[in-house]
Amino acid sequence: MSDSALTTEKYIEHHLSHLSFNLQTMSFGEGGGFWTLHVDTLLTSIVLGIILFGGLRLIATRMQAVPGFMQSIAELLIEFVGNTVYEIFHKKNKFVSSLALTIFLWVFAMNALDLLPLDLFPRLLELFGMHKFKLVPTTDPNATFGISMSVFFLIIFFNIKVKRGHLFKELLSFPFGIYAFPVNIIFRVIEECVKPLTLSLRLFGNMFAGELIFILIAIMPWWVQWPPGAIWAIFHIFVITLQAFLFMMLTIIYLGMAHENH
Amino acid sequence: MEIASVVGQIQSYTILAVALLIALPAIGAALGFGMLGGKFLEGVARQPELAPMLMMRMFIMAGLLDAFVAISVAIGLMIYFSENKVLVAAINILRTPTGV
Repeated sequence: MSDSALTTEKYIEHHLSHLSFNLQTMSFGEGGGFWTLHVDTLLTSIVLGIILFGGLRLIATRMQAVPGFMQSIAELLIEFVGNTVYEIFHKKNKFVSSLALTIFLWVFAMNALDLLPLDLFPRLLELFGMHKFKLVPTTDPNATFGISMSVFFLIIFFNIKVKRGHLFKELLSFPFGIYAFPVNIIFRVIEECVKPLTLSLRLFGNMFAGELIFILIAIMPWWVQWPPGAIWAIFHIFVITLQAFLFMMLTIIYLGMAHENH
Repeated sequence: MEIASVVGQIQSYTILAVALLIALPAIGAALGFGMLGGKFLEGVARQPELAPMLMMRMFIMAGLLDAFVAISVAIGLMIYFSENKVLVAAINILRTPTGV
């Protein structure tokens, strides 16, 4: 182990804390409570988004009849997401397909940052003066709740837009019949509120646990590190892909449920 | 003396709570995955041509099952690695002499 318990704790604490910007005092540092921005999460997610979707846009404007390498990969992805949406919606839906592609690529890229060596980015950025930087945005519950809250508002929006007046009748009469309407409303409210909660906490829990085990592996002496690190990294690759795919799949399913009647 | 025994109690209960939070969902998840895999194998044995579609559905269900384990483990680890507010409050109360 390390020299003293204090150093181990401080290492873990250093790796678990974000670069925060206090909006109440307009300065870097903790203590804002609700009014704190996690600058590292914001920066990483926005930069990743620009790289990914700017790259896709670039591929689209340079489209050729005989596709090159990047165009083939983009076509594979788009076809995969399109088929998945078609299975649930049974017709083509441009908005949901673009949303699903965005969520899948973005969440996958943010998760995949977890595979980089743990101390690489924080040490690199210490050269530029930033002393705390937590690299992976999806280990911040703010990021995952941000995505799932947007999906939640989209679910409500599509429910109202597609079903209009029929929505009120559906609220009251599903699943127990119209005379049990208080129970129906309670069930429906709980079901709708659980959706964004589980979406975000599932992603956050998987990524946080994975990152914490990487931190614990990093504390072991260097000659023992490679076997558990390799095994956990391989399992983590699987978990990353599965969680991103699952987020996309559940978004499509929830939006599908908002478009159709039960 | 009193502080030491109270601190010991709170710490032991905290560690027990964290251990339960990490261990109990594992039982549920293991049972769930076992049943899920068993049904999948039965389904594939009945109709092998549906295997790819069933496998994708199985992974979706596995991801849903994983959610509760991940949430519980994340909360347990967060309790373990963050400052124990219950402990700090107890120590503050014990330090101020209230004439008991």
